Amino acid sequence: MRLLSQVNNPYGDDKNIDGCALFGMINVEGTRFPFKDPIRAISNMRERGNGLGGGFAIYGIYPDHRELYAFHVMYLNRQAKRRVEKSLKEKFRVVLSEELPTKEAKVWNPPLIWRYFIEPNRSKVNEEKIAEDDYVVKNVMHINVSENGRALIFSSGKNMGVFKGVGYPEDIAEYFCLEEYEGYMWVCHSRYPTNTPGWWGGAHPFSLLDWAVAHNGELSSYGTNRRFLETYGYKCTMQTDTEVFTYAFDLLVRRHKIPLELVSKILTPPFWDEIDCMPQKQKQLLTALRQTYSGLLMNGPFSVIVAQQGQMIGLTDRIKLRPLTAGVKGDFLYLSSEEAAIRVVQPTLDKVWNLTGGEMVVGTVKAHAFVRLQLVTTLLGN
Amino acid sequence: MKTYHLPEYIVKRNVKRCNKCKLCIEQCTYGVHYYDEKEDCLLSRDEDCVNCQRCVVFCPKHAIIIKKNPLSYRKNYHWTNEAITTVKKQAETGSAILTGMGCDKPNLTYWDKLLLNASQVTNPSIDPLREPIEIRTYLGKKSKQVELALNGGEVVLETRLAPQLCLETPIMFAAMSYGAVSLNVHEALARAAVECGTYFNCGEGGLHPSLYRYEGHLIVQVASGRFGVHPEYLNAGAAIEIKIGQGAKPGIGGHLPGEKVGEEIAKMRMIPVGTDALSPAPHHDIYSIEDLKQLVYALKEATGYAKPVAVKIAAVHNVAAIASGIARSGADIIVIDGVRGATGAAPKVIRDNIGIPIEFALAVVDERLRNEGVRNEVSIVASGSIRSSADVVKAIALGADAVYIGTAALVAMGCTLCQRCYTGKCPWGIATADHEISKRLNPEDASRRLINLLNAWSIEIKEMLGGMGINSIESLRGNREQLRGIGLSESELKILNIKPAGE
Repeated sequence: MRLLSQVNNPYGDDKNIDGCALFGMINVEGTRFPFKDPIRAISNMRERGNGLGGGFAIYGIYPDHRELYAFHVMYLNRQAKRRVEKSLKEKFRVVLSEELPTKEAKVWNPPLIWRYFIEPNRSKVNEEKIAEDDYVVKNVMHINVSENGRALIFSSGKNMGVFKGVGYPEDIAEYFCLEEYEGYMWVCHSRYPTNTPGWWGGAHPFSLLDWAVAHNGELSSYGTNRRFLETYGYKCTMQTDTEVFTYAFDLLVRRHKIPLELVSKILTPPFWDEIDCMPQKQKQLLTALRQTYSGLLMNGPFSVIVAQQGQMIGLTDRIKLRPLTAGVKGDFLYLSSEEAAIRVVQPTLDKVWNLTGGEMVVGTVKAHAFVRLQLVTTLLGN
Repeated sequence: MKTYHLPEYIVKRNVKRCNKCKLCIEQCTYGVHYYDEKEDCLLSRDEDCVNCQRCVVFCPKHAIIIKKNPLSYRKNYHWTNEAITTVKKQAETGSAILTGMGCDKPNLTYWDKLLLNASQVTNPSIDPLREPIEIRTYLGKKSKQVELALNGGEVVLETRLAPQLCLETPIMFAAMSYGAVSLNVHEALARAAVECGTYFNCGEGGLHPSLYRYEGHLIVQVASGRFGVHPEYLNAGAAIEIKIGQGAKPGIGGHLPGEKVGEEIAKMRMIPVGTDALSPAPHHDIYSIEDLKQLVYALKEATGYAKPVAVKIAAVHNVAAIASGIARSGADIIVIDGVRGATGAAPKVIRDNIGIPIEFALAVVDERLRNEGVRNEVSIVASGSIRSSADVVKAIALGADAVYIGTAALVAMGCTLCQRCYTGKCPWGIATADHEISKRLNPEDASRRLINLLNAWSIEIKEMLGGMGINSIESLRGNREQLRGIGLSESELKILNIKPAGE
């Protein structure tokens, strides 16, 4: 395998331009289910990918270690592994470390991938006087930035895991032996990168703590979004427009406590003409939101699935330039780039609809009625 | 004293075409054309011609053209014609050389070195004829965060936003004072501002009573001379602008020669007829940043905190630090006027040598305010040099919220940039206080031209936004990903914080 930093973005571009397939499936009772349906669905949209990236975020897969952070780490070489493990041991208590089980599959040039169940070093967290999640984020970003592609922590949440790489999603699933896992929510992505060679770390979903984002599209507003978020202390380090979604959700949901329904009115607001015609109170509210958070308007074509523990969120751009279909059957909510992919695993649906421009769909696990809104990163000046 | 400098222009008349109607004599306010009875022909005093093109446009027979005088001194790259002529003029007069409009020197226009992006394949461009593209812009202080409360399932807005200006297109008419320009010009600007859903700035010379009816679309200016400032005036504005500096003449105040101060203007400015209206170089109550804060709040107190207060400065070397101070002074809007910003009268040496291009000023101010986390607390208006919708788009991509246009508006109304505004004889009826000459500008016709201009630019802005795959102008603001530089040095690219074309 080549040096990741050289493979990643050799042209100095700041983002990956993707045309992709998304599929997400959540059981709102929190009942875990195996890989069969998600894999069938995502592989039904093979046409939308080109074999240069596939990935999965699976929630509820490590119930035995639910209190521990599960790190998935890809290594370019043994030296990188030694360096990372050394700093993991300094900063964390490593409860379990093992090579991620893999098997022969049609994937391209896989790196070495390890899994660690860890907990932060208590005294160090107390010393730094920051929340545990912030501590984790800080160290994950520090390692990722300093390793500069030679190693990458690409999954760092609790009781969830990301599996991704270069290949078609069904091949990635086979490679990672996903038949051995069960989860109550699966978010799947098939990638069609157009401006960067496939890179294992560049596949979706992107994840930090238990946020995972799978994205189909391109943000024309990326420059504005990134610079707006920077004024709130976020550092865009992953060189992809996908990460601004993660930070935008973190800023609005966790830090500014904006209800999810209103988050979509910020990321994909109604047009001024529509706002002007609304009843006074609503007009004031939406005008204030749009004026204040104008830098978070997500422009350009996209559909995106954002997941966190117990919750799956689907959103499309406000003039609907990328597809996203929602389907409901019993306790299941499906989100997919194509309806056919839902039908192939669930031919009869209680309800199915195409999201309109700027529409947000949220599926929440019932037990998570009080959802813990997770941190992403806010490491001002660190 | 015998004048040693050569006429700048030569009037060429096609005698076969000329029907001796003498319209040129009537149109020229500088007395260039005259009729020779003995010879029965029209002749001209070339040395008085300013090349305003008025006679050329109005000659019914198209018999006149004005040419640059081909007679020139021996070629010398250092001692240019301009340098030699200026020295000769000063030797003859002993004074500073006055001029009008903006700096005309080469190599200061960076807009032309910036290129915009468009979508291809991976991102569909948007067609403004078929899909909505929004260019509405709000100017004013934004909150850092919106606070909401839940009241029985209903979301209630707790944050009260500071007063905002709502622009239906991100272009406003820059400050031009009554006196520098005629009342008809103000009237035309006001009507166009109303029609286009934007604002005009009345400049530092007070406001004529007939213009109070446009108060919803008016920005009133408070400059160091405090001409025409009283409570009624302040309250007539939708916003108040404190003028600290002007791009055409950073470091000095406004100059209105006594010749232009007739009865009406004297009344508006609250000064005696015929006196020079010279604004002091600084505000004598602002010797430091904390003094500015006091003035900002004094004006807010006077107007019940109902209007945004803007502070206009010239783009000078440490503009970023100055803007950072202004952002913390309580001001809602910062206006930055670049080196090419125009004026009705300024010493030429100051106009041409002081200040920096708006492109750099804008880039560093936006960057600085973002680094300090206060960019959302003020709006930035770029001024001085905007010639086209492309300049507007590039300014917004660099970080501006909106732009002011002054010269472009005057050009739309007839101005040809002859740079003789300070004479008060503007043959186009624009930069004059003379009743007769100012009648040449019909407010109805002039406002139609302004409205057309703004409408045309708005359509072009939407086309360019759509091309980039952006359907709302706020997604362009500070979006330097959409810009590339061509023919710029590494340090210029660094300051503008953009990539070179091809990268």
